[in-house]
Amino acid sequence: MEHIRTPKVEQVKLLDRFSNKSVTGTLHLTATHLIFVESNSTSAQEIWILHHHIASVEKLSLTTSGCPLLIQCRNFRLVHFVIPRERDCHDIYSSLLRLLRPVSYDELYAFSYNPKQNDQQREEGWQLIDLAAEFERMGVPCDQWQLTDVNREYKVCETYPRDLYVPITASKPIIVGSSKFRSKGRFPVLTYFYQEKKAAVCRCSQPLSGFSARCLEDEHMLQAISKANHNSRCIYVMDTRPKLNALANRAAGKGYENEDNYPNIRFQFVGIENIHVMRGSLQKLLEVMGTRSLSMTDYLVGLENSGWLRHIKAIMDAAIFLAKAVTVEGASVLVHCSDGWDRTAQVCALGSLLMDPYYRTIKGFMVLIEKDWISFGHKFADRCDQLDPDPKEVSPIFTQFLECVWQLTEQFPQAFEFSEWFLIQIHEHVHSCQFGNFLGNSQRQREDLQLKERTYSLWAHLLSEKQNYLNPVYSLSFAESHPVLEPSTQAYHFKFWRNMYHQYDRSMHPRQSILKHVLTLKESNRELEGTVQALKTKLQAFGVSTSPLKPQTPPRERSLPSRPQSLILGAPLLSRKEVQQEEDEEVLGEEAREDAPASTDGERTVEGSSATENGYGELTGSFGSKNEPAVVTLEFGVARMTC
Amino acid sequence: MELSEHIKTANVEDVTLRRPFHPALRGTLCVTSHHLLFSNRKDEASWQLLILLKNIDAIEKSVENLFGYPRAVGSSGTITIKCKDLLVLQLEIPGMEECLNIASSIEALSSLESVTEMYPFFYRPSHLTLLGPWGLSTTEQYYKQTERLWDRWRVSKVNSDYSVCPSYPSAVIVPREVDDDKLIRSARFRQGGRFPVLSYCHHSNGMVIMRSSQPLTGANKKRCKEDELLLQAVIDGSELGYIIDLRSAQQAQQARMTGGGFESKSCYRHWKRIHRHHERGKVVQESLIKLVEACSDLSHSVDRWLSKLENSKWLSHVHSALSTAGLVVECVERDGHSVLVHGSEGTDNTLLVSSLAQIILDPASRTVTGFLCLLEREWIQAGHPFQQRCAHSAYSHARLKQECPSFLLLLDCVWQVWRQFPLALEFSEALLLRLAQEVYASNYGTFLCNSEQERCAAGVKENTHCLFQSMLKPDIEEQYLNPLYEPTDLAIWPSVHPQSLQLWTGMFLRWTEYAQNMEEAREEVWSIVKEHRERV
Repeated sequence: MEHIRTPKVEQVKLLDRFSNKSVTGTLHLTATHLIFVESNSTSAQEIWILHHHIASVEKLSLTTSGCPLLIQCRNFRLVHFVIPRERDCHDIYSSLLRLLRPVSYDELYAFSYNPKQNDQQREEGWQLIDLAAEFERMGVPCDQWQLTDVNREYKVCETYPRDLYVPITASKPIIVGSSKFRSKGRFPVLTYFYQEKKAAVCRCSQPLSGFSARCLEDEHMLQAISKANHNSRCIYVMDTRPKLNALANRAAGKGYENEDNYPNIRFQFVGIENIHVMRGSLQKLLEVMGTRSLSMTDYLVGLENSGWLRHIKAIMDAAIFLAKAVTVEGASVLVHCSDGWDRTAQVCALGSLLMDPYYRTIKGFMVLIEKDWISFGHKFADRCDQLDPDPKEVSPIFTQFLECVWQLTEQFPQAFEFSEWFLIQIHEHVHSCQFGNFLGNSQRQREDLQLKERTYSLWAHLLSEKQNYLNPVYSLSFAESHPVLEPSTQAYHFKFWRNMYHQYDRSMHPRQSILKHVLTLKESNRELEGTVQALKTKLQAFGVSTSPLKPQTPPRERSLPSRPQSLILGAPLLSRKEVQQEEDEEVLGEEAREDAPASTDGERTVEGSSATENGYGELTGSFGSKNEPAVVTLEFGVARMTC
Repeated sequence: MELSEHIKTANVEDVTLRRPFHPALRGTLCVTSHHLLFSNRKDEASWQLLILLKNIDAIEKSVENLFGYPRAVGSSGTITIKCKDLLVLQLEIPGMEECLNIASSIEALSSLESVTEMYPFFYRPSHLTLLGPWGLSTTEQYYKQTERLWDRWRVSKVNSDYSVCPSYPSAVIVPREVDDDKLIRSARFRQGGRFPVLSYCHHSNGMVIMRSSQPLTGANKKRCKEDELLLQAVIDGSELGYIIDLRSAQQAQQARMTGGGFESKSCYRHWKRIHRHHERGKVVQESLIKLVEACSDLSHSVDRWLSKLENSKWLSHVHSALSTAGLVVECVERDGHSVLVHGSEGTDNTLLVSSLAQIILDPASRTVTGFLCLLEREWIQAGHPFQQRCAHSAYSHARLKQECPSFLLLLDCVWQVWRQFPLALEFSEALLLRLAQEVYASNYGTFLCNSEQERCAAGVKENTHCLFQSMLKPDIEEQYLNPLYEPTDLAIWPSVHPQSLQLWTGMFLRWTEYAQNMEEAREEVWSIVKEHRERV
């Protein structure tokens, strides 16, 4: 709290990112949030921005109407305030700089967030996902695979979980020897077991082979994996890096497996770029998409030049390759990149999702993330910039995984139990630091932080609002007939994910949502079915047979249950008040339509679609909107900060 | 020459048919005057594929054993048929001569020029009758139904013999105070005689959308008093109207050199002119060709796909059409002023923009009947030269003459509106797809000829069936309805951010495996809606 010098500023203008519209309101700064409350009393919108979501704050040069403050968020929200007094702006700016850069884990929101649950509920939340049960579901341990206690104390590999599954023929000395030959000690372990063909998906980091080094234990380890699969002696080793990168690593004493030294392996490079390339690519993408009055040509050229979709496709291609090798050839596959926690996590998780319909359910998807991302040590703290300000470690690796899943939901609309809002919500909380799940870089660190005792689990929270994330056209029979998804890799299937990257740019969203509407219908179907059942039992209680009667549903006076607005707009931080107000607004709109003559400011539109936002016209002048204030540059008024 | 004389080989057995994402089939191939028929008889079940020859855009043949083996036993040929609805088929025909014969028959019969030889003049299904009125509505009927027009507007029959404007219908709606003589003079001042006529009158404020062709001011800035009076009568004392010129200011200036021009500020004092550049004609046709080519590129490279998509410029055309339509609606609805839309000829982009504006503004044009009436009024009666524009589609190697997919562009824009307002339209994507197919090759006479005048001369109304009527009678097929339709009286302004517009996959990728999954999902939505209706 001591960092907040000015907790409240009035008469702040919020500019729309893509049009000339602006609203005036009050800005509040709290210990956890930056809150903007519109002052217009009838349709006051509220914007809550969690400090953890803020990626950068920028103070632009002073203008005649005030001092502009540009805030860029990790969930791709971009807000542009104009604060009347330079002093206030500077206070807010410097407070934010301090607040969005917590120095210790204790300062993270998760440790102060309290959803009014008791300890027992919290514990239950953490017990929802059980990885031992997940391996059991896959059929492990079995006659070929066993649980090893070698990493019980995190002695062999710090960044791995305690419980690891290895081939039964891999003895402890082999494991330890192999781990010494692998970068960061991340030796080959099981991550997914394809029961039907007894084929395994294993993961590890790059071998420390240099130009010629060998390690017998490591060779034995791969032998053991190969022996554990009776279907196919040959195992695929997928190096997910571009060949050039792997070659360069050899000079540093790392590298890749030499096919001459490892019998029965088929070595394959996949060519997914590294975290730095991905970070740069996203930056380029966001720059293009943030351009005002973007032309179609610049949009498509920018999309191409960013390379973003090319990278998404590279990950997808790798996952498809993995799934094919396992399900069609019945071969085991070993996946690695450099350290085995970025590209490896992407490919293993996405590959498993293609092979196993369970991971396409809400619960299963949580399990998948828990397994391949959280437990195997994807460095969420570094990649999502939770604490340590090392910009070179930040990279949208997990975002890419979520996007790959979204691309699949577009190709297979019936295959997933969840809708894109589930993915977007997970993305939101990976960065929010509101729940304990994604804090820290490894399981070990999470245990040291005592997250299970001191924070809450996101999964319990998401499950409690499960109905908001359902895909209404999800079909179990589709899952049965398509246990393995075979996506097309035609380039035209890879699309820009507008609802993710423009989640908060309402003017870009469809004004009516099929998803929301069909979900509402489905819910009401279920309700009506319930009423019918209740009436039937009542009748039976009176001794009346119901069979010949067509069930008469009660007169439907009450309207369909209304869905939270956040579903179309995906604004998870929308306060309850805001939702209520939006609903009120809609009702108001309806009334206004009936009695008001056409002259009332002419905004006769559906759910907020309006001409001004779209800016079709050169008519702005004639509509009386003002020109933008000229920019006055003051030498000392320019402050800039990028994180 | 009789049509049948083009057919040298009518029947071939043992032909193999390959379609995308289907197993190959063997069967018999037949060529008739208007159709290509493939039938496959396996056990009891028989399967047939009937393709209108007019639907065939391009045909490619490759014959094996061309050298030295005049009638070798194994000689065969492959014909690749590329249809105007973007379907591509392959036929493997045993026997080189048969193959060449079939190919040449298809080439000759698919490019018939004479309207009365076309299939709609022969199509006689038992459930339809040629008696009764043709089409859904006439200008007079439209006027009668639209009460808000009665006060200030009248139906003029000045064009009843098509002498004033050959491409207009016999009746048009004009301001009541302008007499027919003035119209004739105004028509002389407009390219092709397309003087300003009413296209739409807004239900809430009585403001109108007019359309015309460019004025023939020429290099020395000619004026036409009657034309000025006509436009003055449109705004009727109000101080402002907007002219949306669908060319850039520079193009409009250049048009003066060739006798065309624009309404100058000094002569049309109460009209404010806004220029919006729209590509037309050949450029748009080439866009379509490039887009379809990009969609069939199997290279799997995202960069290449995006650059080809960009290079086609198709989405840019969609973008500008929707933006300008939005601008028109902004003038009419928000600003409360009347609008005149024109480009050069006033038969392509003009109609595109005026009809899109109506879909955004007018809830009546968002129903199935309303939409088909809109198309009939704004495209067929208004004289969009369908025969010239749709002679070829994306695959043809023929030299481009007057082809331009304006109508397809309209359908694409409507699809974009539907994507953003999935509850606001009563019709479904399937209806748009059906229209996209019918406009290029049809059993019906609706899209034949270039104008009402030509249609009269060819006897289209007496000798063919009307597509729109058959789509509406006796009941609209379920697949053409939007299960989620909830009418709204409000204007539906689409977002025109490039991020909000998408490739119309249902059209341009309709023959891919992707379409299958989408279809199943759609069916699921239908079943949920039906369940809901039953329960309620």
